[in-house]
Amino acid sequence: MTEFLRIENLVKSFGATTVVKSVNLSFNAGEFVTLLGPSGCGKTTILRMVAGFERPTSGSITVEGRDITDLAPNQRQIGMVFQAYALFPNMNVGDNIGFGLKIAGKSRDEIKSRTEEMLKLIGLPGYEKRYPYEMSGGQQQRVALARAIAPRPRMLLLDEPLSALDAKIRVSLREEIRAIQRELGITTLFVTHDQEEALSISDRVVVMNAGNVEQVGEPFEIYNKPATRFVAQFVGTLNTIEATVASTADNTVSIDGQIVKLSALPAGASNGNPIALTLRPEVMTVGTRPDADITLNGTVEEAHFLGSVIRLSISLGRTVLNIDTFNDQRTAPPARGDHVKISIASKDLLILGA
Amino acid sequence: MKRSKLWAWITFGVAVAYFLVPLLATFEFSLRIRRGTYSLDAYASVFSDPRFQATFGYSLLVGLFAIIVGIFIVVPAAYFVRLRAPHLRPLIEFVTLLPLIIPPIILVFGYIRLYNTSSILPLTGSTFGTDILLVLAYVALALPYMYRAVDTGLRTIDVQTLTEAATILGANQMVILARVIFPNIIVAVLSGAFLTLAIVIGEFTIASLLNRPAFGPYLQNVGANRAFEPAALAVISFVITWGAMGMIQLLSRFAPKTAALTD
Repeated sequence: MTEFLRIENLVKSFGATTVVKSVNLSFNAGEFVTLLGPSGCGKTTILRMVAGFERPTSGSITVEGRDITDLAPNQRQIGMVFQAYALFPNMNVGDNIGFGLKIAGKSRDEIKSRTEEMLKLIGLPGYEKRYPYEMSGGQQQRVALARAIAPRPRMLLLDEPLSALDAKIRVSLREEIRAIQRELGITTLFVTHDQEEALSISDRVVVMNAGNVEQVGEPFEIYNKPATRFVAQFVGTLNTIEATVASTADNTVSIDGQIVKLSALPAGASNGNPIALTLRPEVMTVGTRPDADITLNGTVEEAHFLGSVIRLSISLGRTVLNIDTFNDQRTAPPARGDHVKISIASKDLLILGA
Repeated sequence: MKRSKLWAWITFGVAVAYFLVPLLATFEFSLRIRRGTYSLDAYASVFSDPRFQATFGYSLLVGLFAIIVGIFIVVPAAYFVRLRAPHLRPLIEFVTLLPLIIPPIILVFGYIRLYNTSSILPLTGSTFGTDILLVLAYVALALPYMYRAVDTGLRTIDVQTLTEAATILGANQMVILARVIFPNIIVAVLSGAFLTLAIVIGEFTIASLLNRPAFGPYLQNVGANRAFEPAALAVISFVITWGAMGMIQLLSRFAPKTAALTD
């Protein structure tokens, strides 16, 4: 794959606060990359620097080998979709979509045919004469997407475009965005704080925290092999167990008094040392399981019925584990106060670094 | 009827009477030019007076130019303050309020002193120059109203996001102002324009001291020399001002709507 966008040693400070701290990233042509992180992690600032709305304090941004760091936003040939739709209220849908083409000096016929093509692409043919206020939020955001891609930009930036929409439309629209991106093959940078959104539509995810890149990888890798404690905790739900090393000789740890044998202990561990173990809610089973080599005893504290999934909070003593089990219509879920066995495969345990 | 409600109506009635009785009295007086009968002769006399037409036309024209110049100054200024220098807003608001604090008499003497025939820019040396000075004086006089109207209009739209959306699509600042920002605050701008017109039409001090044939000095002149016509002119002035206010209300219905339908 050819490299399309390169971000090198990018730093952005606002006064004494540095919000982006020497970030290095590289994106391939046609890739859908998501910047994921909590509020204030610097993801939107990076996107805005790529768009040209913020000037980096230092570092460079190159697109196809050309340095665009100091290029004005209207010279970058980049399309962008905003969280607040940002459709021009005084223009109808047709004029909104054709705005970029008009600025580029395209002929009236070309604008008309491209607008129609875009409206077909977003599933709103015949909506040219409608005004933004006559449309729902989801429809407005689709028009905003069409407006962004109508002038055939080299790259598409999506700044939390689904945040203002309700849950159902958010899911359907993100799938539409991904389908359109695949169809056009346009390199796309997507910013979100919603990990499910990031994991479901991205080729690669960049997890950010406090201005730093924590991990870059494919969604499967980010979820299953988190590189840092932050990634493990931010992406998906994670149980953290504070255990104590019982014996380094036979790799055992004590979890609230229950002795558990691990496949390995971290280097430098010694008897009595505290150790943090993490595991996802879905890797634990209530009851027995043939491939599980660890069994813990606990008491059900809460059982939350979420439809297809039942989330159980099971107390081991001081430690409380959240466990997801599929809803089985034939079996009643464990009730509060039930004593249960929890089965875990030791390979599913993550021993986190810092 | 509840006691509190009764007092509310009494207060309202007193306020309405305070406002309407002098107006009705003026109107009634304006109809009494003929002894023993009501007639519109005073109005006919005013409308047929060539000085009325000339001065009213002149003030209208000066008002129009004041509006155009005001729009060209205020809209970009308010837009850039909102977009790039929001911290300067209190300062700008203070500056725009100055014409309300400084009496027009001070303003016009300042102008005469600054732009007299022996100054670098001798605007008062010619009729055309004085007309320009009058227009600029009215721009300053209407600044508090025009700025506030435009600023209120800008508050109703997401200036920054709309600007960024247009910029990323290739537009420059001029195009953004003309095609995106201005059409979305046109109603607010027109409100400011009608307020400007209402001020300009009746303004006396500046026009009189600059010796221009405006409607304000004409009103004063007629008031000093006639009996019934000034009453008719006062009513006409009120109708013009109310007409301007009514236009503001009417135009607000055509403001571009920004909200989305609920899903």
